[in-house]
Amino acid sequence: MNNQKKISLRSQRSTKQKATLILIVTSLVLLYAFSLWSQDFSIASSQSSPLTILYRLFVVPIVTPVYWRSFAENSWLMLETVAIAYAGGVAASLFALPLAVFAAKNSGGKLSYIGKVILNAIRSIPELLFGVFFVAAVGPGSFAGVLAISINSIGMIGKLYAESIESIDPAPVEAIKATGGNRIQAFWYGILPQILPQFLSVSLFRFEIDVRASTILGLVGAGGIGVPLILSQQQRHWEEVGVILIVVILFVVIIDKLSGKIRAKLV
Amino acid sequence: MKNQKASSEKVRLYLPSFYIKMSVIIGLIAGLYYVAINQTNASLGRILATFPIFFRMLREDFFPPDFGYLSTALGQLIETFNIALISTTLAAVLAFPLLFFSSATLNRHPLSYGGIRFLLTIIRSIPNIIMVVLMVAVVGLGSVSGILALMIYSAAILIKLTSESVESIDERPIQAIQAMGGNMPQVIRYGVLPQITPIYLSHILYVLEINLKASVVLGFVGAGGIGQLIRRQMSLFRYDRLGLIIFCLFLMISLIDYISQTVRSRLV
Amino acid sequence: MIEFKNVSLIYPNRVEALKNIDLTIEKGEFVVIVGMSGAGKSTLMKCINRMVIPTGGEVIVDNQVISHLKESKLRKLRTQIGIIFQDYNLVKRMSVLRNVMVGRLGHTSTFNSLIGRFPQEDLQLAMKNLKRIGIDEKAYVRADQLSGGQQQRVSIARVLTQQPKIILADEPVASLDPPTSHQVMRDLKRVSKEDGLTTIVNLHFIDLAMEYADRVIGMREGEIVFDGPIAEVTEKTFEEIYGRPIREEEKRGE
Repeated sequence: MNNQKKISLRSQRSTKQKATLILIVTSLVLLYAFSLWSQDFSIASSQSSPLTILYRLFVVPIVTPVYWRSFAENSWLMLETVAIAYAGGVAASLFALPLAVFAAKNSGGKLSYIGKVILNAIRSIPELLFGVFFVAAVGPGSFAGVLAISINSIGMIGKLYAESIESIDPAPVEAIKATGGNRIQAFWYGILPQILPQFLSVSLFRFEIDVRASTILGLVGAGGIGVPLILSQQQRHWEEVGVILIVVILFVVIIDKLSGKIRAKLV
Repeated sequence: MKNQKASSEKVRLYLPSFYIKMSVIIGLIAGLYYVAINQTNASLGRILATFPIFFRMLREDFFPPDFGYLSTALGQLIETFNIALISTTLAAVLAFPLLFFSSATLNRHPLSYGGIRFLLTIIRSIPNIIMVVLMVAVVGLGSVSGILALMIYSAAILIKLTSESVESIDERPIQAIQAMGGNMPQVIRYGVLPQITPIYLSHILYVLEINLKASVVLGFVGAGGIGQLIRRQMSLFRYDRLGLIIFCLFLMISLIDYISQTVRSRLV
Repeated sequence: MIEFKNVSLIYPNRVEALKNIDLTIEKGEFVVIVGMSGAGKSTLMKCINRMVIPTGGEVIVDNQVISHLKESKLRKLRTQIGIIFQDYNLVKRMSVLRNVMVGRLGHTSTFNSLIGRFPQEDLQLAMKNLKRIGIDEKAYVRADQLSGGQQQRVSIARVLTQQPKIILADEPVASLDPPTSHQVMRDLKRVSKEDGLTTIVNLHFIDLAMEYADRVIGMREGEIVFDGPIAEVTEKTFEEIYGRPIREEEKRGE
């Protein structure tokens, strides 16, 4: 009888499906086995207990007047980090413009994918590596930081710019051309009003990311708050580290809030 | 029509407030830029002038890479990959149950929902490096600190990305299962999971890409991986070795990105 | 079997959806409820598995007054009542067979259902029901690969696999074209007769109602304005239910 045939919830896999499944499962098992085997999980913890360290990080600096001066000094350095992010962000926005026009399908034409490949390649490189390159090229300092930010941010800004160029509504442009406007007029009245708010919003969004990124850049000597952060951390001067952590978090939260407000108004 | 010209006032294309607003915006952007340039000494001209130096340095100092250093670099590269893989896996396990608490579709309890959402926003807004420094301080030197820091951060991203997908799923099958007497676990298993599993896997891979790039920084503060080699070779000015490290790192990141993006495009 | 005793229901927005409904539906009847949208057909149906709770009167299903059932008893009641939805409500990314097995969830322990372990006889039952509806060869196909009519037939198989005593079908063919509508109605009627199920269908197409119903209940503005066997129903009856002449779009056609 037909009914006697055993029914499974899943259809019978073909040999090819079985082979693929076994291949995937084995490679995942091997990958994790290798990872866990090769990874050194030892910890060199300091003598003090985590609670003591947390106390030194976040309580001592706030209640001890000695460290209050340090808040002011580090805020100044944090401002330098923000300046690096801002200068780098503006430069990146300018550099990204021609690349975005080239990479967008409706303006770049058949070669637009080349622009996309370039932008993708830039995005796949961590900001820290750009930091390494530029510190090597121009020496430590905030100039190297600006260079790293301005090149690294091109990838993302260019991609998002290109996307907003691709989403331009062609109808107003046609209308302007139909009433006898020339190309420059079509751009000024038909395209610019559509893309300018979006471009500003993209650049602001990237600026938020760049503030975080330029905090990291200090670790390779590219200026800003990262430099004292890594120095104090090496000396296990936890109170000083705590001051810097608090300053960074405060600045980041305030900048995110402000920038978010402005972006909400733009779009 | 021409007769009207005399009687009416001059007609403006824009109201005066428009010009004021525009000038303020442009002035603000330019002014801040001027301040930033002064602070960092980085005018556009100077940036552009750097590129010849940069390329000469790439050619002369970073090239040819010191391939003799490969074996040392490889060990640390593997550690960097391990950290990214393990932290992503732990984040995926940690985020999974929280996913259902942080989506309005399944958790209609406003207090726990809002609380989790708030906590996630805080975690995501803290720069990565801060979390790493904190972990190294509290837990100690070693890759475990790096793994923990990346895990917390990427769990927050995972929950944020995926709970949005949970909220946009088709609720009609859920209604059907409930009407047929299914309980909450069954609703999740048969109504929710089939809809979100591919999206969740895709987000996990995306987070793996992010973590791989983020884990480069860990070694600088003693949380394991390739960063410590970069730092040492930088202070020794061994650019040929740096060239090798960066080259290998770039290869690895591109390879993982490629694999991940291929799998992701087939998942969704 | 199903009894409404003086049931009324007022929604929080003061809409009186049901007004003093008295109704008895016997075991094995195939009842079609007709009426314009907003007449209270859906609300009447939702009272039976307590998706809504009446504000007055009693609904008795299987000799139980259902308004006060506790959570676990309610779930037990719902396993006895199968529902067919207008939009099928299948999980699109799951295979047809898995969707049909959803009908067994109420009868399967939570743990076993979570790991996907179902008794072989349940799987046999699901497959048998797919065969009865004529789509067993699609058992391992993903639900979103099927046409609308096929998806609705899968949901009939799902309901049968639930082994309910009552089937509620809320506008089951509203999203389908005329030939498919007839096929779905034919399948529904056939299987519910074979299994001796009490079936209540909401329809607003009068020709479908006349072709498939044993008994027609007409509703207007929350009240039952007609209740009688199909033999007594003519187009005139519908004009009385609707309170106006029948329009062409209220017939599904062939």
